Amino acid sequence: MPRPKVAFYWCASCGGCEETVVDLAEDILGVVEKVEIAFWPVALDFKKADVERLPDGALAASFINGAIRTGEQEEMARLLRRKSLLVFAYGACAQLGGIPALANQYSREEILSFVYEEAPTVDNPSRTRPAVVSRDNGVDLHLPAFHGQVRPLCQVIDVDYTIPGCPPTPNLTREAVAALLEGRLPPKGTVLAPDTALCESCPRKDSKPSDLSFTRFRRPHQVLADSALCLLAQGIVCMGPATRGGCGAQCIAGNMPCTGCFGPTSRVRDQGAKMLSSLCANLASREVEEIDAVLDGLPDPVGTLYRYGLAGGLLRRRIDTSANT
Amino acid sequence: MNAAQPSPAVPHTWSPRIVAFFCNWCTYTAADLAGVSRMKYAPSVRVVRLMCSGRLDPQFILDALAHGADGVLIGGCHPGDCHYADGNTKMLRRFRMLRRLLAQLGYDELRVRLEWISAAEGDRVRAVVNEMTEQIRALGPLNLPGRFAEWDLELSRAETEPRTATTSAKEVSHAQT
Repeated sequence: MPRPKVAFYWCASCGGCEETVVDLAEDILGVVEKVEIAFWPVALDFKKADVERLPDGALAASFINGAIRTGEQEEMARLLRRKSLLVFAYGACAQLGGIPALANQYSREEILSFVYEEAPTVDNPSRTRPAVVSRDNGVDLHLPAFHGQVRPLCQVIDVDYTIPGCPPTPNLTREAVAALLEGRLPPKGTVLAPDTALCESCPRKDSKPSDLSFTRFRRPHQVLADSALCLLAQGIVCMGPATRGGCGAQCIAGNMPCTGCFGPTSRVRDQGAKMLSSLCANLASREVEEIDAVLDGLPDPVGTLYRYGLAGGLLRRRIDTSANT
Repeated sequence: MNAAQPSPAVPHTWSPRIVAFFCNWCTYTAADLAGVSRMKYAPSVRVVRLMCSGRLDPQFILDALAHGADGVLIGGCHPGDCHYADGNTKMLRRFRMLRRLLAQLGYDELRVRLEWISAAEGDRVRAVVNEMTEQIRALGPLNLPGRFAEWDLELSRAETEPRTATTSAKEVSHAQT
């Protein structure tokens, strides 16, 4: 019997997701025995044409990591969708936009003018910018279009399953591949990780007070955190209450707060708003001035509450910038 | 800063749509009082009754905006008068943060408003709704659904399936079982 074909692809992401596949270590041999890797540009020499030649639906599954920022990423996502029976959004960027989606606080024009003209390290007197088509020596050169915003995969193509994390852990990856091969995948749309908040599986759970009563927020670099006590109890913003578990609480084990990379549980639509709700309701102050003074300790609400989830959140991006210029 | 939000050709039929979340014990009762007192105010609010302003999940506010509300009005009991002791304080704290968040994302602060209105203050409901309606009229439509569609024009095919659609389908089937 022919082995099912799978593809791996990356879009707007850092490469950490690809690293996780490699982190399967010798377990990857078991995977390779059972599947045929038909496309994995980061590790194996395949071309786009190899995918195009496949009949539609020839791939059992595509694992796509990264958000969609460029026309090339969009085109590849659509191509893989057409060729695949199942598409897995792999990692935080594909799921919710991830770190690249923080750029949704800026317009396309703001980003291009800073990166190619204004950044202190840039020397570009002719103000050259990448263009979709440019002519050089009588030849037309093409680059992918740079879209007006970052999108999670599900805003561009239909996604069957999501494997969360920045990056997803080898355990979740192994489990998802096993579920695929053994035909025991849950209903379409499921996020393949436990559906409880990280706090539920946190080793410091018992030290979380029922009433947090924040009188100030402290950022991780401002304090030497007690490594046994709930980080929220120490005034450090830990996204655990609004973030899906399944990561093994590795950041907590490193005495760093959760930053929310697993996204929300299935009962929550917008992770940042939910965290805002939980965090701020627990302030100790009752007066506007005192409340505002405590909130000053969180100078970047979007970057804190939506570090991975801005594009996939309810509002998607900043609005007072003209979107596609 | 964003008085000139991109609102190409405001249709002359447009009038502000405000989603109002009123608490059962004070502001909703005040709105009732305004009604039985036959006070007239702008027909721009769609009132959702909650047991307490502390029940208002900030997701509801963002969801209302994402579904086409031009503004959101939140009404709760005066400080110290909350039926559940502290719910309005919780709302106040969330609101102070929500303002910062929305400002960072380019929203005018007038689009989301928190007011303490007691059960006796029917006239205050009338005044607040009228004032907010005029402020939003001056700002123009927010029209997030329209903006979402406009942003997605750059995609090669409008195949976008907003997740909210699947959520509501799920909710409907859940409610029917």
